[in-house]
Amino acid sequence: MVADLPTPLGAGATDVTALVERVFRDASGKAVATLIRLLGDFDRAEEAVQDAFLVALERWPVTGAPPNPAAWIVATARNRAIDQVRRARTLERKRQQLARDVPVEAGLDGSAAARRTEGPVMTSAVDDRLRLMFTCCHPALALDAQVALTLRTLGGLSTPEIARAFVVPEATLAQRLVRAKRKIRDAGIPYRVPEDHLLPGRLAGVLAVLYLIFNEGYSASSGERLVRAELCAEAIRLGRTLVELMPDEPEALGLVALMMLHDARREARVDATGDLVLLDDQDRGRWDRGLIAEGRTLLDRALRMRRPGPYQIQAAIAAVHAEATRPADTDWVQILALYDRLFALMPTPVVELNRAVAIAMVQGPAAALAVLDASTANGTLDRYHLLHAARADLLRRLGRSAEAADAYGRALELASTSPERAFLERRLADTDASAWRRRDEGAG
Amino acid sequence: MRYLLMIFGEETDPSQVSPEEWGAVMAEWNGYTAMLRERGAYLAGEALQNSDTATTVKVRNAETLTTDGPFIESKEQFGGYYLVQARDLDEAIEFAAACPGARYGAMEVRPVMEFPAEEASATPSGEGASSA
Repeated sequence: MVADLPTPLGAGATDVTALVERVFRDASGKAVATLIRLLGDFDRAEEAVQDAFLVALERWPVTGAPPNPAAWIVATARNRAIDQVRRARTLERKRQQLARDVPVEAGLDGSAAARRTEGPVMTSAVDDRLRLMFTCCHPALALDAQVALTLRTLGGLSTPEIARAFVVPEATLAQRLVRAKRKIRDAGIPYRVPEDHLLPGRLAGVLAVLYLIFNEGYSASSGERLVRAELCAEAIRLGRTLVELMPDEPEALGLVALMMLHDARREARVDATGDLVLLDDQDRGRWDRGLIAEGRTLLDRALRMRRPGPYQIQAAIAAVHAEATRPADTDWVQILALYDRLFALMPTPVVELNRAVAIAMVQGPAAALAVLDASTANGTLDRYHLLHAARADLLRRLGRSAEAADAYGRALELASTSPERAFLERRLADTDASAWRRRDEGAG
Repeated sequence: MRYLLMIFGEETDPSQVSPEEWGAVMAEWNGYTAMLRERGAYLAGEALQNSDTATTVKVRNAETLTTDGPFIESKEQFGGYYLVQARDLDEAIEFAAACPGARYGAMEVRPVMEFPAEEASATPSGEGASSA
């Protein structure tokens, strides 16, 4: 690393800054996680890292980047934080403090923060990033707070970036983060990997947050762009870290495989004008074969552990799709078998819907329509636009144009993203339009 | 840290409960309290009489206003509490989940606000018997 940085005399200032930034950013995730443990506070850790960054900008161009940037950041940040608090304590000595003020060094004064963390202060058998992940995704925090905090502290996103990605005002998101950190501190959420008996449930929570982030990026629930690539990238990056830190959890591997296999199709999913392209119509040459291979490798590793789960099965379904070089080559029989297994584990309406689509491919649209209508008779999916789109498609294939047009209309009423609306409008237009007109005339 | 575990739920009319049922329910609660004591977590706890025995008191403009009934009218009422010593929120949640109240209604878990101990009159706070 030292050799990478040019000597200060000949280098352009911006080149060096960019290089320092890159090295720093790659190492700061781990450093922040450790500093939260040492300093006992998210905000102090963040400030301390920012201070360390300024020092890095000053020193690294001269001394070269340190061989272990994360350790350097931790040491520097800690020293800055200690200095700061010593100064502040001198000022505050005469003032009353609330007993629950978080101390500087978790180990030094036997505070509540120290008791909340496990193990000795300076060394840790557990990677601090894992602690951070479980803390950010603690069930006592609201789900939107879990997502925001994960992206802010573990992910590489800034507050404005997160706000833009989730289409909320920046002030709202900033408040969300403030409240979450306050809750962690005031309610005593521990900075630790959960005990074994709690781990399965808590890991499920972490996976759910990562998948939520990925889905928000992959099929944004509102707005102009169907896909927000940066969220997909963050979810996968965090997933890779999780898999690195918990290599024996098959569902973690399954989730990351699933995200990779979906992300591999991202470029082909939306055309040049931003319109949605169906799986059948996608240019498979634009699929990222490297990412598919990586996903398959992770999935194979997971399956060898013989502890199946929903994410692994969903990844397997995506892998079957990825295998087919042409839509006609798709092994729908295997996909249907996988959906049967998935439905047994996760009998949700959405899974039922996707299973019906597979039934259509194996047994024909009439069989699928019967299954769909029977299972959705209780109306739970009625506000789900994809249900109506699926029914419309099946009806269209059966030549029942008027009913198909009705169903597309209903789907349109409920669809919320522009590319999806554009797609449904095209389908509606392709369907027998006179059927739609006759219905309007009759309704008067 | 100290936490208040607040028990909320629909109230039962004691006259409608048979002695056997009542005995079984009390055994559950006594078992729970015993567990908390064993863990060194129990600080205090009480069951409250039903909300129809409640009186609400407000003072406005130096005038005391007294009304019959609880402060908040609702189907689920505050029925009792445990004050516990816990290592952190995870342990407090564990205690709340083990409480019979969690199955009959809902438990609210809230950290107690700790003020700096005033010299000799310090109340026990913060130093837990439960080990980390």
